[in-house]
Amino acid sequence: MGRMPTALERTLIVMPAFNEEESVAAVVREVFATVPGVAVLVVDDGSRDATAREAAAAGATVLQLPINLGVGGAMRAGFKYAIQNGFRNVVQVDSDGQHDPAGIATLVEELDRHDLVLGARFAGVGDYAVRGPRQWAMKVLSGILSRLTKTRLTDTTSGFRASGPRAVALFAQHYPSEYLGDTVESLVIASRAKLTVAQVPVAMRPRAGGVPSHNPYKAAVYLGRAGMALFVALIRPPVTFVEPAVTA
Amino acid sequence: MTLASYILGIVAALIVLGVVIESLRRHHLRERHAVWWLLAGIVALIIGVFPDLLGWAASLVGVTVPTNLVFFLSIAVLFLVSIQHSGELTELESETRTLAESVALQDLRIRELEAALAEIESRRNR
Repeated sequence: MGRMPTALERTLIVMPAFNEEESVAAVVREVFATVPGVAVLVVDDGSRDATAREAAAAGATVLQLPINLGVGGAMRAGFKYAIQNGFRNVVQVDSDGQHDPAGIATLVEELDRHDLVLGARFAGVGDYAVRGPRQWAMKVLSGILSRLTKTRLTDTTSGFRASGPRAVALFAQHYPSEYLGDTVESLVIASRAKLTVAQVPVAMRPRAGGVPSHNPYKAAVYLGRAGMALFVALIRPPVTFVEPAVTA
Repeated sequence: MTLASYILGIVAALIVLGVVIESLRRHHLRERHAVWWLLAGIVALIIGVFPDLLGWAASLVGVTVPTNLVFFLSIAVLFLVSIQHSGELTELESETRTLAESVALQDLRIRELEAALAEIESRRNR
């Protein structure tokens, strides 16, 4: 008889990557160095550069989408891979190095108590700050989604998140591919399917390429799109969700 | 109305019907997409042959200028067809997404099976 695999050994790190040949290999290596024994799936979202080759060379399993589906599309493919290959948990990590792999263990630990765990940027750790209209937009969004999920969320657009078995089963079927739908609408879908949501503070690093914009016009567009994603998510009927069979 | 404009109305309706039916025949158009255009063509043909029907229909719904009824109905049909097309586009995108996922997952599985097979063969040849 073999020993019981640990939670991290039954966790799949999914990294959506679109034209990230410069950063993806370093991020994959850092994940392996920080969380030894974890499985890493890089979902190459129709890149036209050497993303897939770089990721494979760094030791990741590479799922190559023939066309660009966006982050949500890449993630649903990742959830499907997790189910087909018997992984219990999925942790989404950006391939641009914005997410510190040190947070992975914290997120997975919290999955013992909740179905979906968000890594929050503003919960006191790290030095990532957003100001101005973009911050107000995110506050409004967080307020509404906190009510819906009955827990205090401060960073609902965070892509650094862990999904437990129930969330993986739900998201393999229903994961939005619209811009911001993957983060905002997926929370609505999860809460409507009676999944529990929690957030834990994680450190974030500045993006490898470019700085987050403080342009008021872009902030307004962002608010509009986020509001649209939330509105659409709320008027849609709850999805029918088949509970996964309980496995040891 | 002159005889020329009377004939023009009928010919235009016949051309619409001819194009739609020919497209159906050549599989350029599926039935569910053709049904609106067929209906529009038939209505146009009926009104072309019996122009007085238009005046009667307009007075029935209280439209003073009968041509305005034509414009109203035409825009309504175009609007509904556009909505139908947007809906089907959305459906197609979602189907494409599912297919792309399947292709990627199968591609990865084939690569893993090939690698496993190559390993078995190299062990046997040793």
